[in-house]
Amino acid sequence: MDDLLSEFLIETAESLDVVDVELVKFEQDPNNAKILDNIFRLVHTIKGTCGFLELPRLEALAHAGETLMGKFRDGEPVTQTAVTVILQSIDRIKDHLVVLEESGHEPEGDDQDLISQLEQLALQGGGEVGEPEAPDQAADAVTSDDEPSATTPAPEDGEEPDDLDRELRPGEVSLDELERAFQAADGPDIGKPEQFWITDAEKAAEAAASEGGDTAASAATPVNEAPKPDAANAKQPGAERAADGAARGGEGGARNQSIRVNVDTLEQLMTTVSELVLTRNQLLEIDRRHEDSEFNVPLQRLSNVTAELQESVMKTRMQPIGNAWQKLPRIVRDLGNELDKAIELEMVGAETELDRQVLELIKDPLTHMVRNSADHGLEDTADRPALGKPEVGTIRLSAFHEGGHIIIQIADDGRGINVEKVKSKVLEKGLATKEDIDKMTENQIQKFIFDPGFSTATQVTSVSGRGVGMDVVRTNIELIGGSIDLKSVQGEGTTFTIKIPLTLAIVSALIVESAGQRFAIPQLSVVELVRAQTNSDHRIETINNTPVLRLRNKLLPLIQLDETLGLEADDEAAVPEADDETEQAAEDGFIIVTQVGALQFGIVVDGVFHTEEIVVKPMSAMLKDIGMFSGNTILGDGSVIMIIDPNGIAQAVGTSLANTLEELENEIETAATGNDSVIPMLLFRAGSREPKAVPLSLVTRLEEIDVATIEHTNDRDTVQYRGAIMPLIYVNDQVTRRTEGQQPLLVFSDDDYAMGLVVDDIVDIVEETLTIEIQSETPGTLGSAIIKERATDVLDVGHYLPMAFEDWFERKDVSLSSSATKILFVDDSAFFRNMITPVLRAAGYDVTSFGSAKIALEKLKAASDFDVVITDVEMPEMDGFAFAEAINVNAKLKHLPVIALSSFNSPALVARGRKAGFFDYVAKFDREGLIAAVKDACAPVSAAA
Amino acid sequence: MTDVTDNPTNEFVTVKIGPQLFGLPINRVHDVFMPEAITMVPTSTPEIAGVLNLRGRIVTAIDMRRKLGIAPLEDGGSSLAVGIEFRGESYGLMIDAVGEVLRLTEADIDQNPVNLDSRWSSISSGVYRLEGELMVILDVDRVLATQMPLVKAA
Repeated sequence: MDDLLSEFLIETAESLDVVDVELVKFEQDPNNAKILDNIFRLVHTIKGTCGFLELPRLEALAHAGETLMGKFRDGEPVTQTAVTVILQSIDRIKDHLVVLEESGHEPEGDDQDLISQLEQLALQGGGEVGEPEAPDQAADAVTSDDEPSATTPAPEDGEEPDDLDRELRPGEVSLDELERAFQAADGPDIGKPEQFWITDAEKAAEAAASEGGDTAASAATPVNEAPKPDAANAKQPGAERAADGAARGGEGGARNQSIRVNVDTLEQLMTTVSELVLTRNQLLEIDRRHEDSEFNVPLQRLSNVTAELQESVMKTRMQPIGNAWQKLPRIVRDLGNELDKAIELEMVGAETELDRQVLELIKDPLTHMVRNSADHGLEDTADRPALGKPEVGTIRLSAFHEGGHIIIQIADDGRGINVEKVKSKVLEKGLATKEDIDKMTENQIQKFIFDPGFSTATQVTSVSGRGVGMDVVRTNIELIGGSIDLKSVQGEGTTFTIKIPLTLAIVSALIVESAGQRFAIPQLSVVELVRAQTNSDHRIETINNTPVLRLRNKLLPLIQLDETLGLEADDEAAVPEADDETEQAAEDGFIIVTQVGALQFGIVVDGVFHTEEIVVKPMSAMLKDIGMFSGNTILGDGSVIMIIDPNGIAQAVGTSLANTLEELENEIETAATGNDSVIPMLLFRAGSREPKAVPLSLVTRLEEIDVATIEHTNDRDTVQYRGAIMPLIYVNDQVTRRTEGQQPLLVFSDDDYAMGLVVDDIVDIVEETLTIEIQSETPGTLGSAIIKERATDVLDVGHYLPMAFEDWFERKDVSLSSSATKILFVDDSAFFRNMITPVLRAAGYDVTSFGSAKIALEKLKAASDFDVVITDVEMPEMDGFAFAEAINVNAKLKHLPVIALSSFNSPALVARGRKAGFFDYVAKFDREGLIAAVKDACAPVSAAA
Repeated sequence: MTDVTDNPTNEFVTVKIGPQLFGLPINRVHDVFMPEAITMVPTSTPEIAGVLNLRGRIVTAIDMRRKLGIAPLEDGGSSLAVGIEFRGESYGLMIDAVGEVLRLTEADIDQNPVNLDSRWSSISSGVYRLEGELMVILDVDRVLATQMPLVKAA
C-alpha cells in the first residue's frame, strides 16, 4: 500500500501539473474538445485512483471538479470564474497531497467551500435546462456528494441534458455517466492518433517521443509534450495504466516502454561512469607512453565503449526543458488576473533537452524572470493600444541548442528598461558614481538590474519588486556555469538571454600551463585560441602596463593568469615541468579568448596542451571561497589540477578589467572627438612593404609621370611640370627607380615652388584617427601611428621641402625681411606643431610654436611683438577659449587676432569662439583656409600700421 | 568526538609536528599516507599545502607546521599526512612523523594553558601530561573548521 501510495503521489502531482497547463489553454480555447477531453480524463484518473486508495476527501473534490468539467464537455460555456474555481480546487488537491505525503493520511476536515462552489457553477451551467426544483436539491445534497458509488440509473442518452437532470440532482452527473463520458473521451485503441497521450502508452518510447514532439509542435503551447515518455523521467506512463488502478502492476510493465528509476540510482550511475571515464583516461595516458603496446586495440575498444556508456548515461539525465516550464502558463494566467494584464505566453523549443541537474537549478530563476517580465516588463493592458501595441502583451520563452550550450531567451514586448530610472536608482543606492555612469553605455547601465539590492519597481507588488530577484537569478545561473545577458530597447521590450552548459558533470576542458602549473579551462568558455608572438600580427601590447591584444577590429583586454593567481616564476621549484617557456619575452604566450557575459577578454598562459574530458569535482569546502576555480579534477596522469572559472577570473580582476575597458573606450572616444580627430591620410608605399602616410591636406596633387620624362640635371632628378622644373625627391633610397612606365608622385607646391615626392605606389586614402604612438628619431618621419590597424610611419613633409629648394622656408623671409608677420602657434600635440609650422613657414611667416597655452601666454606678455596668434582649441590645462579670453582681457595684447584651430567645427563652437574673442575659426588641415585666415588677420594690422 | 558516558578512556594516534607531540582521536584518523604530487592551489591561504590525488579522491592537504606557526622543514618536507574525513570531504594533515597509539583516561586531560599561542589553543582541546613529554590533543574539527574564516579574511 505504501508503494502504491507513493506512486500515486508522484503520478498525481504530475497529472495535476498537466491539468494546470491544460486548463489555462482551455480557457483561451474553450471550443477545443481535445484539450477538454484531456483534462477530463486526467481528473477522472485522479478521482478513480483516490477511490481505490480510499481517500474520500480527495475523491470528493476531484469528483466535484470532474462534474463541472463534464458540463463543459456537454457544451456549457466556459467562464473564467469556473476555471479559476477549478484551478483553486486543483491547488487544494495539491495541498492535500503534500499532507498525504508527509503523514500518509488525508488532512482532517472537508472541502465543502470549494465543492459547493463547483456544484453551484455546474448548476448554473445546467440551470438553463434544469428543473425548477433543482436548487433545493443541490442545497441539501451535500453529503451524498462524498459517495460517488451511489449510482442512479444511467440515462439513455448522455447528449440530452434534460434527461439527465430529471434523473439526477441538478448539476450532478452519475458516476456511470462520467465513466461513459470518460470512455468516449478515451477514444481507445482504434483511437484518434492525434491524442498522443493515449498512443504513447502503446508505442515504443522513441516513437512516442517523436510523436509527442510533433503534436507539441502543432499545439499552441508545447507544454503538451510533458507526458512524453522518457527513460529518465518516465513521466506520465499513459492513461490506461493509471486508470486501471489495481490491474496496473500486472499490465504496466508489459505495455510501457518506460520505467521509473529513482534519481539516486541515476546519480550513482553517473558517478560510477565518471570514475570509469577517469580510469579510462588514466589508461590512455599510460598507453600513450608505450607506443607498441598490445593493449592498444582493446584499450581503444574500452575507450569507445566507455564513451558510449557515458553518452547513454548522460542521456538518461536529459530532460526536455518544457518540464521546467510546466508551471509557467498557470503562473502567467494568475499573474494576468492579479495585475489585470492580458498576457500571452509563447513557448518555443520546449523539447530542447538538458541535464536534469541543470534543469532543477534553472527552474526557479526562469519562473522569477517570467514573473518579472509580466510585472515590470509589460505595460498595463489599457496603456498598450496608445503605444501602438496590441492589447495582449506577449512573453516569449524559447530554448535552443548552440554549441555545447543551451540558450534560453525570455522576451517581452513591453516597455523595456528605462535607462534614466535605472540611472537615478543606481545613484540613489550608491552603486556607482555619476562620473562612472556618464561613461557607461545604455546596456551597461541596464545591467545594473542584476546588481544586488536593485529593483526599479516603485511599488512593491506581491509579484516582484522586493529587490531580491535579478541578482539572485544571475547568481544562480552563474553557479551552474551559465551567464545571463539582456538587451532592452525602451518602448519595445526586453530580451534576457541565458546561456547554460548542457551538463555539469563531465566537461571537455583545455589543459593549459601557467608558471609551470597546469590548469583546466572548460572548452565551453573558450571562444578561440590565439598565439601571441613578438614578431607576429598578434603581439601583446601594453597601455599603462595593462596588457591588451589587437584582435581583428577589437582591442582585447588581457589577463595574465600567473599574475592573477599570484603565481611567481620562482615557485616552479616544486614543479618539474617548468621549462624555458616561462623565460620567454612577456609578449609571447597563448591567449585564451573567453567570453563572460558581454565581456570578452583573453587569458594569457604559457602553454596549451590538449583537450581532455574531465570530471568536475567540487572544490573542498575549505577552498570554496576562492572564486577563480569552479572545481578540480584528476587528470589522466593522476595529478590533480584546478579548473579555472572564467567567470571568477573576470570577477577577481573585474574592477580593474572593467576600468581598463572603460579607459580604453574613453581613449578611443576622446581620440574620436578631441584633437586627433578623423583626418584624411594618404597611404603610400616607399621603399618597404609597410605603408607610410602623409596628411592628405598637405599634398597638392597626386601625379603619375612617365619615367622617360624624368631628366637628370645637376645631380638631381627633375621633371617638367606645368611649365616649370620640378625637382623630384625620393622618400628614401629604397624607393624603386623605375626604368619604364609610370612613376607615382606626390606633388607639394606653394606658389611657384613645387616638389615631387617619389613613392613606389599610392595605396589608399583613409580617414583615421591619428595618434602618433611613437615619436621618431629618424629624419623625415614624424613618428608611427596606427592606421588601418597597421603601424604606419607618418612622413615629415617639412624635412623634404628644403631638399627640393633649400630656401623653401626662407625665401619669403628674405622678401618680407624683418617685417615678416610673426605668428605664435600653440598646440599641445607635437605632431600638429610639426605639421603646421612648416606650412606656415612655407607661406612666409615667422612661426614660434608652443606646446602649452600657459607658457605661450607668458611669452606673449614678455614679448608682444607677435602679430597673429594661432591656437588649438582642445588642450589640457588651459584650452583655446581660456587662452583667447586671457589675451582679450590683457590691454597690451587685446589687439592680437587669435585664430582658433580645431578639428571640430560646429556652429555652436564657432559662436563660442567668437565670444571668447577668436578672430577666426579654422579647421585643422585646412591649409588654404589657415593661410587665408592669417592673411585676413594681418590685413587690418598692416592697414593700421 | 569523545564518548564521555560509556568510555572513560580515549585512544589517540600520536604524531610529531616539529618538536611537539600531538594526539589525534583514533576514530577520526582514516589513514596515514605519503603525500605525493601535491598541486598547489593558487590564492589559497598559506596553510593549505595543496590538493592531491589519493586513490581517485581529491584530498586537500593542510600544512600543519604552517598552521601552527612552526618553521618549515629544511629539506622541503617529505613528510607524512594523516587522512581525515570532514563533512564528507577528504583532508590530509601534513605532519612530520607518526608514533604509537595511546589509550588515555579522559579525566587526565588538562586544560590548555592560558598562555598558549592562540593559533595552538584554537585547535587544541587539551593537554595530556605523558611521562617525559606533553601531548597536545588536536581537535580535528576545529583544525578544519577554523580554516574558513581565515580564507575569507585573506
